[in-house]
Amino acid sequence: MYVEIKNINKHYGNFKATDNASFGIEKGKLVALLGPSGSGKTTILRMIAGLENPDEGEILIDGKVVNNIPASKRGIGFVFQSYALFRYMTVYDNVAFGLEIQKVPKDKIRERVLELIELVGLKGMEKRYPNQLSGGQRQRVAFARALAPNPTLLLLDEPFAAIDAKVRAELRTWLADMIHKVGITSIFVTHDQDEAVDVADDIIVTNKGRIEQHGTPREIYESPKTPFVAEFIGTSAKYENFGVLKGFSKEEKVHGALIRPEFVEVFKADNANIEPYLKYADDGVVESVTFRGNSVELGIDVKGLKLTALRSLERRKIEVGEKVKVLVYRLYTYDGDQVKIIENAELAGKETVKL
Amino acid sequence: MEIFDEKQLKAKKRTKYILITISALFLIFMLVLPLISVIVNSLREGIAFYFEALSTQYVTSALVVTLIATLFAVGVNTFFGIVASWVLTRFEFKGKNVLSTLIDIPFSISPVIAGLAFIMTFGRLGWASPIIEWINETLGTDIQIVFAIPGVVLATIFVTFPFVSREIVPVLNTVGHDEEEAAALMGAGGFKIFRKITFPHIKWALLYGVILCTARALGEFGAVHALSKARGKTFTLPLEIDALYMSGSADSITASFAVSSLLVFIAVIVLVFRNVFEYRTKNKSKKVKSGE
Repeated sequence: MYVEIKNINKHYGNFKATDNASFGIEKGKLVALLGPSGSGKTTILRMIAGLENPDEGEILIDGKVVNNIPASKRGIGFVFQSYALFRYMTVYDNVAFGLEIQKVPKDKIRERVLELIELVGLKGMEKRYPNQLSGGQRQRVAFARALAPNPTLLLLDEPFAAIDAKVRAELRTWLADMIHKVGITSIFVTHDQDEAVDVADDIIVTNKGRIEQHGTPREIYESPKTPFVAEFIGTSAKYENFGVLKGFSKEEKVHGALIRPEFVEVFKADNANIEPYLKYADDGVVESVTFRGNSVELGIDVKGLKLTALRSLERRKIEVGEKVKVLVYRLYTYDGDQVKIIENAELAGKETVKL
Repeated sequence: MEIFDEKQLKAKKRTKYILITISALFLIFMLVLPLISVIVNSLREGIAFYFEALSTQYVTSALVVTLIATLFAVGVNTFFGIVASWVLTRFEFKGKNVLSTLIDIPFSISPVIAGLAFIMTFGRLGWASPIIEWINETLGTDIQIVFAIPGVVLATIFVTFPFVSREIVPVLNTVGHDEEEAAALMGAGGFKIFRKITFPHIKWALLYGVILCTARALGEFGAVHALSKARGKTFTLPLEIDALYMSGSADSITASFAVSSLLVFIAVIVLVFRNVFEYRTKNKSKKVKSGE
């Protein structure tokens, strides 16, 4: 483990920002701290950086406890949410600042700064001021500035929040590539699950100051460990009375289930191909049809449950009020803190081909 | 589609001109004419008399006292203003609001009261008087506060101390402190952060504050009046003007206008400076934005 935090607690007055949080991060990984706003993810990042101090617990970097080491001595590069570029300095001076503080010889600084500016693709813009750059370019400068003093750990606070949606996707791929190229262990904070899934090697989900789950994006997505993760990742809705669906029965202690749209399959009633599965399918009535760009979102009433399903645009059109057949492949049941994946019992052992 | 019909447009235009006329008339009657009358009156007995009036011993002494008081006030308040605004914008502590309000007191309190307060503190009956006497006895010095130059300086500092911090605080608040945090994270020390990061942000606001502070210090009357009673020794220009005017002879009234015109000229120079700085600030920020 390269970065480790052990039983960290942090209060702001009566507010518990971090609640007994522990995790470890391997060297060279790009890890996302993912959670809704106010879940304590930024606080954790700032504590690792040394911008805040934990009330209790230990923070280790490379096996050393760093609680009492000042931020500037932890070997950290930090990219701020709004980049915090020095507005009265040029791109060159921004990147050079950290090296100047370390009293690196002038020619060495020049070499390193130009190398980094080239790396981030801003060659020729050395003399510009931050407000002459676009959001994406500013982020590149912030990235180069953070890397200049050769940190061993890179921390990024909501690195894409200030960038418009179109550039964001492109930029995050760029940043992930860049981080892997440099090979630096990195932690970034985000509230956007797409971002985390897209970019991170590992995701740490936070909620109310606690660590909910730590795993690869696939693990987090496919086998959520807590009701919070199940609900937060993906788009899902809660159903208490899910036992009415064919293939599922509700046990006593189970509180309810979460169903994601991708777990729900909708067939037109006259679809001949589904004959073999017809007896496992429920009848439903389409209540809404919403165009979603690359698919159509259907709102369906199945025995009183309002299910949501996505349907490819390539398939036959479904109208509001139409009677359809609905098949639910699986769902997540929850009771208290436990989440279980329950597959449709009727479909067990059968090959389910998506039609 | 028309948003305004012709009638409305006309009414709008009329309102505009009426308001412009009101403002212009107000400024002419309240400001321009009185100031012109000062200049005209000061020259009533000719140029020679004008310069003679300015070169009397009383006036030169008052000019020197005024400049000393202004210099001290600006120096002390610039330092104090920067420190206070730093404290108010960069730290969270109990009593912050109280401190912020206290800084504003000179704006809301009559300067005469400030002057009297200094008399009650440092005067013969004041609580600080024994301390000063003790210092004088031990060190063999002869420090006087009230009715002496230090009193004038103190009063001037008192009435001008909010100006610098009032200009800087809003700027520091808008700029935020993440640039400073970023610099600190890279290992920059406090002074380096101030010089390289914070100062470039506040320098024009600081200059503006200093100019306002200077203008106010030059013209202060009330607080200084309470603490300065010796004409030719501790009088400042405004006090000298008052003394000349109150003495009543036609010549001395003209002389008082002559001295007044001196202050008017200084004020105009300060205003010109202010505008030059403002112009340069705008140009500079334009440059940073447009990329020259």
